[in-house]
Amino acid sequence: MATVTFTPNLARWAETSAMDVAGDSLADVLEAVFVERPVLRGYLLTDQGALRKHVNVYIDAESIGDRQRLTDRVAADSKVFVAQALSGG
Amino acid sequence: MKILVGTRKGLFIYEGEGTDFRMRQHAFVGEPVSALLDDRRDGALYVALNLGHFGCKLHRSSNGGRTFDEVAAPNYPRNDDGVSLELIWVLESAGDDRPGALWCGTIPGGLFESTDRCASWQLNEALWREPARKSWMGGGYDQPGVHSICVDPRNSAWLAVAVSIGGVWYSRDGGASWTASGAGLRADYVPPELAHRPEQQDPHRIVQCAGAPDRFWMQHHNGIWTSTDHLATWQEITSPKPSQFGFAVAVDPRRGERAWFVPADKDERRVPIGGELLVNRTDDGGKSFVQQRAGLPQANAYDLIYRHALDVASDGCTLAFGSTTGNLWVTADGGEQWIALSAHLPPINAVRISDS
Repeated sequence: MATVTFTPNLARWAETSAMDVAGDSLADVLEAVFVERPVLRGYLLTDQGALRKHVNVYIDAESIGDRQRLTDRVAADSKVFVAQALSGG
Repeated sequence: MKILVGTRKGLFIYEGEGTDFRMRQHAFVGEPVSALLDDRRDGALYVALNLGHFGCKLHRSSNGGRTFDEVAAPNYPRNDDGVSLELIWVLESAGDDRPGALWCGTIPGGLFESTDRCASWQLNEALWREPARKSWMGGGYDQPGVHSICVDPRNSAWLAVAVSIGGVWYSRDGGASWTASGAGLRADYVPPELAHRPEQQDPHRIVQCAGAPDRFWMQHHNGIWTSTDHLATWQEITSPKPSQFGFAVAVDPRRGERAWFVPADKDERRVPIGGELLVNRTDDGGKSFVQQRAGLPQANAYDLIYRHALDVASDGCTLAFGSTTGNLWVTADGGEQWIALSAHLPPINAVRISDS
């Protein structure tokens, strides 16, 4: 199970405690997150399913490469970090 | 009476009577508010946010703004054209005979309808598929947007919307089909061959008179126009001084001949002329205007009034407007005397007066 942690800047809009979820890709991991916390979808992704311009996601401290289709691989023990970019404020 | 003020740093709610208003609440502290709707049909208050990081959101209050619940924001259908929601620009009730139904105008160029108090939204496909939409352009923002939605008080299926830049469009069938309204308009920012094309027009804002709904007023990029024949034709109004440029317009809901504008210098210099802020009011359908300056700064003022930041109450004599400089003014006598409610709010995007 990958562990997903969220920027505390999301806490005023949604539950942001860390979650352990299964999935081989970032898309799978986030879909598992959205099953439990559907409100988070619109905060992290656009209506077209891409990562929002001013949201960053790191997998094991590496910034993801595919912000459109979220195909970056996630290992069983990965740490996924959802961050608020410093741009966009 | 309430004055709802949507700003760069949250929603401010003023309550009072006459010109004696006090700030009662500041909600969504620090968040940009892009649109407001006080739905007098059921008392709901809708607030659209444009969160810098997390996108466009919509919230509804059923207790006058004390608490809010998040409701659905419009979503564009999945596409390969790069179209995605950029801004919720205007919200309007869809008519007294359609409880719970709302219209929403967005950037890029979208008109959405909800029939369930914003539990869900549907893109108006007829306007979206209108061939002329391909000629729409960004105006101010990078992409075109729907900023004005008029629902005829006589028939909620009669609609008019205005697009920057994309002209005025009306429907007589609830949005199933649309026709451009542009006879008499002129666009000086395109080649002369295109100047009279309806879809090239940049109406900054249109409003419809509730008591005389064949009358519309328009603050256009190139001046001021009015229609007295329910959008069949537009007549240019050239009399207001010192400028015909601006963004906001309000019409007296009881008398279609009376309307208010807040002029800025011109397109390339969007500040009050000479640092003197004034409101222009006509009482005779645009034949003449009175410059209203009492209570407004007459030196070193750089306030710009955005298109949604001027509103008139149903009494036709209480108005309020707010500026990019964070100033908020109110009048109880149609603008003869303005009273500053605050000189240090965040930049103001939208002002709505609520009779409740």
